[in-house]
Amino acid sequence: MSSNKKYWKSVEELNENSSIVETLKENEFVNEIPTDEFLGDKDTLGASSTTRRDFLKYVGFSTAAASLAACEGPVIKSIPYVVQPESIVPGVANYYATTIADGFDFASVLVKTREGRPIKIENNNLAKTHNSANARVNASVLGLYDSLRVKGPMKGEAAISWDTFDAETNQKLTDLKNAGKEIVLLTQTYASPSTSKLIAEFKEKYGNVRHVIYDAISESAALDAFEAKYGTRGMASYDFSKATTIVSVGADFLGDWQGGGFDSGYAQGRVPKNGKMSRHIQFESNMSLSGANADKRVPLTPSQQKQVLAKLYSLVVGGSAATDLPEHINTAVQNAASELKRAGSNGVLVTGIQDVNAQTVALAINESLTSKAFDTTSPILTRQGNNEAVATLVADMKAGRVGGIIMSGVNPMYTLPNAADFAEGLGKTELSIAFSMKADETSTVAQYIAAAPHYLESWGDVEFKKGHYSLMQPTIRPLFDTRQFQQALLLWTGSDANYRDYIKDTWGTSILTGSSFNKALQDGVYVGRIATETIDTTSSSEGSTIDDLLGASTSTATAVSGGSAARALASSAKSNGMELSLYTKVGMGDGQQANNPWLQEFPDPITRTSWDNYLTISAADAASLNLVNEHVATGALNGSYADLTVNGNTLKNVPVIIQPGQAKGSIGLSFGYGRTAGLKSDMMTGVNAYALYQDFNTTQNVSISKASGMHEFACVQLQNTLMGRGDIIKETTLEVFNTKNKEYWNPIPKVSLNHEETPVTSPDVDLWDEFDRSIGHHFNLSIDLNACTGCGACVIACHAENNVPVVGKEEIRRSRDMHWLRIDRYYSSEDTFAEDDTKKEEFSGLSGDKGSLGGFAELENPADNPQVAFQPVMCQHCNHAPCETVCPVAATSHGRQGQNHMAYNRCVGTRYCANNCPYKVRRFNWFLYAQNDEFDYHMNDDLGRMVLNPDVTVRSRGVMEKCSMCIQMTQKTILDAKRDGREVKDGEFQTACSAACSSGAMVFGDINDKDSKVAKLKEDDRMYHLLESVGTKPNVQYHTKVRNTTEA
Amino acid sequence: MKKPYQSLEDNSTNNMIQVIYRQLASKIPYLGLVILLTFSTSLTAQEGDPVKGKTLFNTNCAACHNLDRPMTGPALRYVQARLEEEQGLGRDWLDKWIRNSAGMVKSGDAYAVQIFNEYNGTAMTAFPQLSDQDISDILAYTATDPPKKEEVVKEDGGGDDQGGVSNKLILGALAILFALLAVALVLVRQTLNRFAQEKGIEVAAKDKSLPIWKAFVQNQFLVLVTVIFFLLASAYFVYGYLSQIGVDQGYQPVQPIHFSHKIHAGDNGIDCKYCHSSARVSKHSGIPSLNICMNCHKSVYEYNGETTDKYNKAFYDAEIQKLYAATGWDGQNYTGEPKPVKWVRIHNLPDFAYFNHSQHVEVAGVQCQTCHGPVEEMEVMYQHAPLTMGWCINCHRETNVKVEDNAYYTKIHEELSKKYGVDKLTAAQMGGLECGKCHY
Repeated sequence: MSSNKKYWKSVEELNENSSIVETLKENEFVNEIPTDEFLGDKDTLGASSTTRRDFLKYVGFSTAAASLAACEGPVIKSIPYVVQPESIVPGVANYYATTIADGFDFASVLVKTREGRPIKIENNNLAKTHNSANARVNASVLGLYDSLRVKGPMKGEAAISWDTFDAETNQKLTDLKNAGKEIVLLTQTYASPSTSKLIAEFKEKYGNVRHVIYDAISESAALDAFEAKYGTRGMASYDFSKATTIVSVGADFLGDWQGGGFDSGYAQGRVPKNGKMSRHIQFESNMSLSGANADKRVPLTPSQQKQVLAKLYSLVVGGSAATDLPEHINTAVQNAASELKRAGSNGVLVTGIQDVNAQTVALAINESLTSKAFDTTSPILTRQGNNEAVATLVADMKAGRVGGIIMSGVNPMYTLPNAADFAEGLGKTELSIAFSMKADETSTVAQYIAAAPHYLESWGDVEFKKGHYSLMQPTIRPLFDTRQFQQALLLWTGSDANYRDYIKDTWGTSILTGSSFNKALQDGVYVGRIATETIDTTSSSEGSTIDDLLGASTSTATAVSGGSAARALASSAKSNGMELSLYTKVGMGDGQQANNPWLQEFPDPITRTSWDNYLTISAADAASLNLVNEHVATGALNGSYADLTVNGNTLKNVPVIIQPGQAKGSIGLSFGYGRTAGLKSDMMTGVNAYALYQDFNTTQNVSISKASGMHEFACVQLQNTLMGRGDIIKETTLEVFNTKNKEYWNPIPKVSLNHEETPVTSPDVDLWDEFDRSIGHHFNLSIDLNACTGCGACVIACHAENNVPVVGKEEIRRSRDMHWLRIDRYYSSEDTFAEDDTKKEEFSGLSGDKGSLGGFAELENPADNPQVAFQPVMCQHCNHAPCETVCPVAATSHGRQGQNHMAYNRCVGTRYCANNCPYKVRRFNWFLYAQNDEFDYHMNDDLGRMVLNPDVTVRSRGVMEKCSMCIQMTQKTILDAKRDGREVKDGEFQTACSAACSSGAMVFGDINDKDSKVAKLKEDDRMYHLLESVGTKPNVQYHTKVRNTTEA
Repeated sequence: MKKPYQSLEDNSTNNMIQVIYRQLASKIPYLGLVILLTFSTSLTAQEGDPVKGKTLFNTNCAACHNLDRPMTGPALRYVQARLEEEQGLGRDWLDKWIRNSAGMVKSGDAYAVQIFNEYNGTAMTAFPQLSDQDISDILAYTATDPPKKEEVVKEDGGGDDQGGVSNKLILGALAILFALLAVALVLVRQTLNRFAQEKGIEVAAKDKSLPIWKAFVQNQFLVLVTVIFFLLASAYFVYGYLSQIGVDQGYQPVQPIHFSHKIHAGDNGIDCKYCHSSARVSKHSGIPSLNICMNCHKSVYEYNGETTDKYNKAFYDAEIQKLYAATGWDGQNYTGEPKPVKWVRIHNLPDFAYFNHSQHVEVAGVQCQTCHGPVEEMEVMYQHAPLTMGWCINCHRETNVKVEDNAYYTKIHEELSKKYGVDKLTAAQMGGLECGKCHY
């Protein structure tokens, strides 16, 4: 029926005689269209050389040209080598062992290169120490292809040649030497025997030379304490696999505490074996990775931490400590002390308080426990910085007492709280050279930028721990006209040797003692005789050695005894108002890789926020300061801004995130953000926390005030609690695990079939028919929630292996993140997850006290000090995959080997699969992320694209993608075996994530090989599948998290 | 022996039978050479046998020496005579030199040292195993005169042209004939009509029936059927057109250097994997780097095989020169400026399809020709296979997996054979049709 409705344009139409109505009837448009403005301009139109006919010709020609061009295939050129290097076969990867030593991250790594391009970092399993590449190390390969690298030496703004550089700097250095002025070498910690020797030679030649080692994030307190007690400037090394009771006071030892790298040892002790696992008690103010993994976590302010440590000393070692701790903390400390004492030599205590007394106390407690996990004979050498030396240097520079300064691996203009003083001092020097890969904050104010190579283009050596050496070798020819610091030192000392020969020489004379240099280079690591000898002597006469050491420590004038240190500690613990704890994020560290889009997009394991740093504050403090977090219409998170003031220095507009578990009266802020130079504008995120890092102390008294405006966060997880859904992360306590059978703590979900409870694994209740997968390989990935610390190395490894694009902050805010592998982090709403489950069980009715409406709302809020659980989730490769059934074009299908395949070229982008996936692991390419100026990350420039893995397709716009279980890697393993005519051995099959997992949480393999590790894990009692009740039969297994809650 | 020569004489005068003798004609110069050699042999028979000498020369000396141009070592034609004339050195010196040149250089023999230095201090391999007679044979070979540059027999080409013209002529003549015939018929008909008119005979007018096209238009059913037919037919062709987009079967680009697979793989029987060695270990078969070419072309600097008009000796020799230029050699000198060859890639698989050569070549033992066609017959390389997914799949369905002597397959073969009840397993049964095996 046609409509007779009359549409009114205005009330005027009621008046039949209105002139307006008449006009409206006549004219389609109320206002006249200004066609005359364009067409009436006869002059311009007449002057145009393009006639109407020409215009039509052009249109026709370009259409025809475009369609013709579309029909012709492009001509692709191939240029082979003129002389092909023997080791390079196009299409076959080469691996080189090398070492990263950027002053913050130190690790032995394997570098995978394809056609001469390094494309991925892997763990070097030959290394006995520092063998686990964390997220930053995994991402460091992208730094090689940073488009903003300095391409050659520069003087101010102008590019110069190395010849000019050499001539001018040699002249100036000689002048300085002749004038008797001081030359300062300000460097990162190299921990390099060859560099030390070289610097000594440089000192010898130029006389008045001072070498200052500067760690952006200082461990000076620990170094001073250790040096005073044991005579070596190093840090005690800890092996947490040997500890059954771990007490940490403010030490995030699963993060970057004292150089990091302790997580694999820790994880070993966390997996229940023979009914035993380690117990971990954490006293801390910020919610850290260590706190999240702890069995018992006590939130307290930094000043309370000092008291706790003093008290622990008095309880474990003896003496008294005057403390005024609240009752619940006091009890916790007493319990911790008694547990430590009971554990005896199996106990260990660590602290992250930046205070010499605190570190001395920690050493003394471990000494008194004779802790097995505690090793002073082979101290860690990867931090050497000295706070006092740096402070003196800045003062001297300001006073004009420094003639020349040569910097390498440091960025003091960014990392010093008193950067302005440093800048002033730098202006007073006659020569300033910065070895840097970037025109960063410091190098731009130095006279010369000496373009430095990336570590993958350099030679070097590192002594991680005393006696544990590692070699760095180039894996690619230098991309730019660069020269490394050591090579420059060699030239300045008048030597014409290259640094490689210098290292070889140094190693030959003092390290290798007859072993082959080439073997060491191939392995990447070498364990020197010094270490083994020392171990031998300690094992033969352990007691006497420790006595000697103790004797030495007491006789040293500077050494402070544990007791007096503890008393000093307790009395120094004064606080007024809010206390700030500065920390480093797993993703960004000290901030030198801030231009790395992988790391910017890497979600923080705790807050799950990417592209930012922020103030973490407890809910109570936030409420009292009127600071809020709220979700906008898209679900994305916004937070208030706050201004922070420390000793008169104000940091403005710091975004605030309310952090469950943050101790009341404390706030946290991470380093590494707020860079301003040498990076793309998209990467200039966050605020610079170094401005508040006064006296290199990570804890500061701070005043905080609300600022106007709201900050937009890019969180990848907006639902923070489990809501009592215990089947997502299954948990139990060690006690239950040891005493009850599996059905009690890890039951298989049941569904009703003809009113009978039937296990969901039964074929009777299955919607799908079972396929025979018993022949050939059947891949399974096992994830142990006990061993997983949430470090995120797997996330970056997956990025690198699978060409996962970076989408940027705006897209993340729209929940369009592309991570194939995410690590979900859940908080409990009650004190524990178990209580959440109980609460949900006890709901009755909709409203009321126990009503589900109010109840679920409550469950959405995390507790003040929640339990935390991490769960890596990737495509579960369901044997009965819901995504496969709904794909209209059969783009996703199942393979016999258990993988859920995704054929990108077949996908038409309906996204049905993503909607039908219960695990939400499928990712849609909303845009073309490669070669698109809107996404100006590494895939948008020729250099950055060199990191792409040539075996994996770069997905285009409009297709769905997801974890492939690294099918390119399993296929390669199979092919290698076929070519060799042998069976595949257990452990050969790997995925990027399982290979990157140094804690052993992820194990990949073939369950049809009954002797394989993963097949045994599948039969383990702790094994369960995610959302098993859905009946998807995933090929990813999870292992129930067991918490050691047994209080002493 | 004289008959063929005679026939050549005949040939030049008789175009009718030239086709039969053309092949022979091109071989006459070689034959002449053989005759020449035979005669010269008999003249110097007491010294050595140049035919045997040639064999010995090729096995022992040719890697470093050529008769007419210096290579690693000096040119050797008339070496004995030259030595005698220029240096006054006899056969004794030569014997010693051949059997132990290094020793002579060491002992300080003046001419030996001179030669040694002249050729960049490269010592000649010692040949103590050569007998006096062997050396005589080789020297006899070096003493043969170079073959005279034969005039290229030109008359063949002329014959070809004539043949072409005559064919066209015949066709043209036939066409004219038919045209004349048609005209004649029309004329005859007109004449007959005129006769009829004059005699008053009424030529029966044709029935003015409906023309066939009008009848067709009026029959709506027929129109419908035809339209449907044409729609279907055009749909068929459009589909055919669309499905061949991106399929470049027969793609035969012009390459920067005319590399003839026919000469290398066919005539000379070089194994494919000698040059494309990465096919054994890599997903790529690899385009050989130029140092692989130079393994042989260091000493193969001219082409002496069969030629055609288009691809004659001069053409091939020029192509070899291009190779030298690309490697950075300018005649005898290394310029240090290699100019890498920009080959045009023929087989372009889309990026989303993963193909691994070593899987097929090394594990499955598939012959290169299965996919690449008769490469050994290709003067210019082209894409033989369509490289479509259907083509891959078909092969995977039909080809049995080579499981013999491969421990990887032992268990899976046994189990799968039991499952499918077959002895031989195709790649498809092994899982070779799964999407994810090639697309990731």
